[in-house]
Amino acid sequence: MSNEAIIHGAEVHTSHEVHGDEHHVHHHKETFITKYVFSQDHKMIAKQFLITGMIWAFLGGLMSVLFRLQLGYPDQSFPWLEDILGHWAKGGKIQPEFYYALVTMHGTVLVFFVLTAGLSGTFANFLIPLQIGARDMASPMLNMLSYWFFWLASVIMLSSLFVQTGPASGGWTSYPPLSALGGASEGSKSGVDLWIISMAMFVVSSLLGGLNYISTILNMRTKGMSMTRIPLTIWALFFTAVLGVLSFPVLLSGFILLLFDRHGGTSFYLSDIYLASGEALPNEGGSAILFQHLFWFLGHPEVYIILLPAMGMVSEILSTNSRKPIFGYMAMVGSLFAISILAFLVWAHHMFVTGLNPFLGSVFVLLTLLIAVPSAIKVFNWLTTLWRGNIRFTPGMMFSIGFVSLFISGGLTGIWLGNSSLDIHLHDTYFVVAHFHIVMGVASFFGMFAGIYHWFPKMYGRYLNNTMAYIHFWITMVGAYLIFWPMHYEGLAGMPRRYLDFSSWVSFNQFGGLNRFISIVAMIVFAVQLLFVFNFFYSIFKGRKVTSQNPWGSNTLEWTTPIRPGHGNWPGEIPEVHRWAYDYGKDGREFIPQTEPVGVNESNH
Amino acid sequence: MSLTTIFILTILLLGFLITFQIAKASEYVSILKGEKKALEQNNRINAFLMILFLVGGLIGVYVCNELFKGKILQEAASDHGEKIDKMLHLTIIITGSVFVLTQVLLFWFAFRYQYSEKRKVYYLPHNNTLELIWTVVPAIFLTVLVGYGLFYWFKITGDPPKNAMVVEITGKQFNWIMRYPGKDNVFGRKYYKNINDANDNSLGLIWEDVPALNLKTDKAAQDDIVTDKMMLVKNKPVKLIIGSRDVIHDVGLVHFRMKMDAVPGTPTTMWFTPLYTTKEMKVKTNNPDFVYEISCDQICGKSHYAMKGQIEVVTQEEYDIWLMSQKPKYQTVVLDKQKADTSAAKTAMVSSAAPGMVAVKK
Repeated sequence: MSNEAIIHGAEVHTSHEVHGDEHHVHHHKETFITKYVFSQDHKMIAKQFLITGMIWAFLGGLMSVLFRLQLGYPDQSFPWLEDILGHWAKGGKIQPEFYYALVTMHGTVLVFFVLTAGLSGTFANFLIPLQIGARDMASPMLNMLSYWFFWLASVIMLSSLFVQTGPASGGWTSYPPLSALGGASEGSKSGVDLWIISMAMFVVSSLLGGLNYISTILNMRTKGMSMTRIPLTIWALFFTAVLGVLSFPVLLSGFILLLFDRHGGTSFYLSDIYLASGEALPNEGGSAILFQHLFWFLGHPEVYIILLPAMGMVSEILSTNSRKPIFGYMAMVGSLFAISILAFLVWAHHMFVTGLNPFLGSVFVLLTLLIAVPSAIKVFNWLTTLWRGNIRFTPGMMFSIGFVSLFISGGLTGIWLGNSSLDIHLHDTYFVVAHFHIVMGVASFFGMFAGIYHWFPKMYGRYLNNTMAYIHFWITMVGAYLIFWPMHYEGLAGMPRRYLDFSSWVSFNQFGGLNRFISIVAMIVFAVQLLFVFNFFYSIFKGRKVTSQNPWGSNTLEWTTPIRPGHGNWPGEIPEVHRWAYDYGKDGREFIPQTEPVGVNESNH
Repeated sequence: MSLTTIFILTILLLGFLITFQIAKASEYVSILKGEKKALEQNNRINAFLMILFLVGGLIGVYVCNELFKGKILQEAASDHGEKIDKMLHLTIIITGSVFVLTQVLLFWFAFRYQYSEKRKVYYLPHNNTLELIWTVVPAIFLTVLVGYGLFYWFKITGDPPKNAMVVEITGKQFNWIMRYPGKDNVFGRKYYKNINDANDNSLGLIWEDVPALNLKTDKAAQDDIVTDKMMLVKNKPVKLIIGSRDVIHDVGLVHFRMKMDAVPGTPTTMWFTPLYTTKEMKVKTNNPDFVYEISCDQICGKSHYAMKGQIEVVTQEEYDIWLMSQKPKYQTVVLDKQKADTSAAKTAMVSSAAPGMVAVKK
């Protein structure tokens, strides 16, 4: 299969029609193992990423419920916690080490395993071949490996939860020296080693995936599918992959140096350290800040690795369900491009208060606030897409509108934090927590939900239950604002993040009731996510069946495949493309698929 | 498991079951009614909820603001803090207006242009004028914010005034150590390998020869005052020299609106001018328990959340009295003991000076 796919890809502009039909229909026997486990079908790999991501999202969410319990009720004890967690919750109270392990794992899992692998892994795999008109990825084999490296990373990370000294607990950013010295924190013993190895596997997975996505998009588009005709989802996934390929290796290098410092006696990050145990370390001359540069050189693009796929899918879904072309396609592509470039030039805005040279800081202020311009373009273009449309509130559309709302709310607070003078006060407070949870966490989750609701019919040939979907949307939407909006106020009061108890602080103890409120809402929202998970698995088997090939009346190529496409996607020839993906409402027609040749009397745009 | 836990779990489970049954039933109903009709009905309900969410949300923002405005941003207690608060207000006005404008448009459009059989959509793929407007206008506002922000940024991070006092603060797991330079106004040298908590030399001051580490006595270290509380003077600029003994910490001064990391091996600095004494702040905040707290704002291990320091701002006279009452650490640790046990101390002092000092850090 793979060779065939590659040959087709390479010859796609010249001769794919010649041997289009005989292959790919029923041309090899598939066993359970090759179909569901070591599958090389991009659609199956996408589902593997999605379901693994959902498992991680459940675990990561559960962790947040546990630490919200602590934050909401710092003075109460819950004996059942000790039943489940043993010495991590001695006397029914979450121990500080465990609290920090929880926030660290919550961050790592959600950022990398759910919103990177689960989101772009799922939709890049699923949508790229289907929307550009390819039978599979450029290398289905590497694609399969990409998932299995992710699986390996998952197993290692999961196993670190069961180490006696606990998993990594220095925050998802794992700044040394804290993360480098077992003597400084229990979690920095074997927990951090497992964390680093797991992350290294994850980097491999994401590189294999990313290279594949890039080469597929560049080389395997069907006839007529020029780069200016590909849907915005594909553009977004393309930039995402480029960002990942260029920045993940830097992260890996940072991790390797950390590993050397931990076990090789080097002093990349260590200098002048006297541990509380009374031990003066021999390391001198290292720079703890170096790690932060290496980390954030990935860390900031990572934000866009998470966000861009959501933006792409939202653009596509908004346009389809407004029955109106996306406004300013080229501006949308241009702003994606600008965001991708700027993503590499702003990393030090996470480091304004590390003692960074103030002049250097000012350059990063300028570049950071520049990102607001392409972001603003995107928001206004989305709004204009809705304007004078004919909107169908499918669940996918609801989540897309929710995405735009959250992106606005969270994006605007970025203007606060990017301005270094304000960052002095707001840095590492709940304001930051509110900002990135809204703009990166919840917004990207909304993009992901939008994508799942929109493409579920293509994935499984069935619909998700609408009523449950609407309940899911409204409670999540209201809940997300109720959880994170008040956190801005806590942040303005200077309340630091990563504290498990504020009661002993004169400056921060005024929000006890609010913290409890946030915790309760967080638990409700988590429960509603379980409703979604239930809906998902129930509908795979029992959902209403899709009866038409193109249920949303969409222009893109994935809806020209059979309702349940096999490996190879199109039973016959790959369709040829004659127009862009957004001819909705043109010349009085509701939609004109990309495969339809341009008519003689058709108006130009 | 307690009864309440079981009770809550049962309620959750029942909630799920009921929701599921309703969801299933409504799906059958929609099939009976015809898909198109069901879709239109759903559409109307959701469009209405969109506008309800907008109105409810804006009211919620107002209520939230009323509830918490007294609890945030208590009066800035430093000159830098006042600038930062001004910046905050400007930024709130600009981003707040954009927030209301865009959210209103988003949900209003969603409601206004909900599906209707009669509506013909307006085919509008692009419009250069519009796109130019929303590229240029945000750029202008951002330029203002960047300019304003950097103007203050350079003031705040620039050199402190000549008359500034200097205090050193060092973080360790999990508290803060302050040091004043003493009578000579010079901080004596220290070296981290010379730290000895048992001997009460928590900073590793080189107040006597240490042949094992090749360190020679630094006289300037002998009059340095080491305390666990920071005393500052009202209206007198202060420059903090910030360091760490183990991992990265952060000196967070919420009332002064200042913050700077404490990095092992790399000293950092910041300066500000306190505007109100602690006593004045007690009155201003109407809180008799008010203290200027130093919070650690960079995760540093298991007791990070309790790593607290204290600053007291006093008048110059009160400060002078306090300073006079402080004994240099060298005196309390070494000299006073010598007095108590002269013979023992003498043997300790006889150690010969080591040749050359190589690995000494400031």
